[in-house]
Amino acid sequence: MSDASKTHHTGLIGSQPKPVDGLQRAKIAHTEEGFPTAWLITPATIWLILFLVIPLISIIIFSFWENTPGGLIPAFSFEFYGEYFYTEGFFDPDADRFLLPSVFIRTLGSTIYFTLVTMFLCLIVGYPIAYFLAMQVQAFKWQLALFLLCMVPFWTSYLIRAVAWLPMLGRRGLINQALLGMGIVDKPVSFLFYSEFGYTMALVQIYVVLGIGPIFFSLAKIDKAILEAALDMGATPFQIFREIIGPMSLPGVAIGMIFIFVVIMGEFATAVVVYGGKTSTAGTVILNYYGIANYPFAAVNALMLMLAMVIGIVVILRIVDIRKEL
Amino acid sequence: MARWTPERWRKLRVKSGFSIYYVFFLMFIYGPMFAMFILSFQGRRGGTSFPMRGFSLYWWEKLLEPSTVGDMQGAMGRSIILALMVMVITGLFATMLAMAFRKKFWFSNVLFYTILTGLMVPGVLLSLGMAILMRQLGIPAAWYTSGLAVHVIWALPFSYLVMMAVFNRFDSRLEEAARDMGASEWTVFKEITLPLITPGVVAAGLFGFTLSYDEFARTTLLSGADNTLPLDINASMTQRIRPTLFALGTASTIFSLLMISVFLGIYTILYRRSR
Repeated sequence: MSDASKTHHTGLIGSQPKPVDGLQRAKIAHTEEGFPTAWLITPATIWLILFLVIPLISIIIFSFWENTPGGLIPAFSFEFYGEYFYTEGFFDPDADRFLLPSVFIRTLGSTIYFTLVTMFLCLIVGYPIAYFLAMQVQAFKWQLALFLLCMVPFWTSYLIRAVAWLPMLGRRGLINQALLGMGIVDKPVSFLFYSEFGYTMALVQIYVVLGIGPIFFSLAKIDKAILEAALDMGATPFQIFREIIGPMSLPGVAIGMIFIFVVIMGEFATAVVVYGGKTSTAGTVILNYYGIANYPFAAVNALMLMLAMVIGIVVILRIVDIRKEL
Repeated sequence: MARWTPERWRKLRVKSGFSIYYVFFLMFIYGPMFAMFILSFQGRRGGTSFPMRGFSLYWWEKLLEPSTVGDMQGAMGRSIILALMVMVITGLFATMLAMAFRKKFWFSNVLFYTILTGLMVPGVLLSLGMAILMRQLGIPAAWYTSGLAVHVIWALPFSYLVMMAVFNRFDSRLEEAARDMGASEWTVFKEITLPLITPGVVAAGLFGFTLSYDEFARTTLLSGADNTLPLDINASMTQRIRPTLFALGTASTIFSLLMISVFLGIYTILYRRSR
């Protein structure tokens, strides 16, 4: 192994020294070398088209079809889109509150709300961890070890991790027992589990690591010499953070937030386990309508969820330019 | 020994502050799981919360009786077979794709974003699209067909990004040297490329295995008649939650951790060798 790669680590995988840029460019020009591209990409491309592209397009198509007792009938109907937007209020004169968004839009809205709250909490909780790993821990070996320690729970079933909150937050859970023991409350509080609080806690615990990873990587890339220079010029730690570390870690923050956003928007299992099915997320609504065989309406709900996600991702990408990270 | 200047004291204070926070953080992400582990040894009369009423293997024994939580062993077996299939296919696809992406080709951008779409699309959505489509076409769903199909879509982006990172750091001069000496493409791949990328392929395989083994959302509508382990866990959750579930969770977690250690072990050995 060469000295160059010893002194600056570039990631978790691989050990080969970085090829020189010029050579790499020359390599690209030699297109006749290596296995033919067509062979290499054909199997995966066919798989992606059959099992990703076609199913997604079919959701759009089925959302316009008609649902009859005999099965789906090809049509171009907006019936289910109408149902999505108009059910319970909006332009319904019988509803007591005029211009109330439909129950489906409200569900989507609350899903977005929970997602944003969780993203914010993950950022607050996770950023210091990423900062600690990247800035305070000196040896790469220790950085990797401590980072993997955070990653381990992520590799276990998230259903199990959701259920594991029951002994902590439940009515007779540890937190309630502690509160009772310390005399802070006289009877067990019930807002912990089967509540927004429990749901958010569980989501943060399960997904915070998705934010830590990208932030850690973008922080680790910052050249320590810049920080030394700033310190020598008399910058305070706060100034260094505001002017250098903060802005330079933004792409990592954006990528982490996109991960968390995407995962939690489609989340439904945790909601059922921790929230006890008292509320719905956009995901549970889709499954419920699939369960009662109203496929076009499930498709409409799915499309609206997708639309909200695309808008969310575009907004994040608008705020932060992540291209230099890729 | 350097002198204890105020600056050094300040740095030490900051560092220990962060370390304490890190420990609390670990308690936050591991705590609930540990509580679950302990409670799985709850006594026969105990419930799903503390205090422990004795110590027994009662709930673990119940886990092994097929009647209590459905066909647990069967579900676990299916999950492992499925995860192995996903591991092999994603490992292969990811390596091939990453090798292709070392050169530019005309729709490489479209393909890149299509692969990443698999990561971005919520499981419910893909599951729904596949399920309705298969219903319309009259193809029955099964964990080893439709389940396998979407699991690969889910795991592929992760494995692919790993392999891209591997090839980013790959020194093509080694291959060129071999070619210059008259080696065929296959020989170059077998003797030069493969030994160098094997640690990466193992890492890519780990992603494939663990992502598939734990996947729930993408299997819900597509597993057909037989459950995979996450579906089984979910089914037993809808009934009354009993410490059996904690035993099951502990067993499943231990298995996941065991798999990671095995992979990390293989990875370390191969990594040392590739140097």
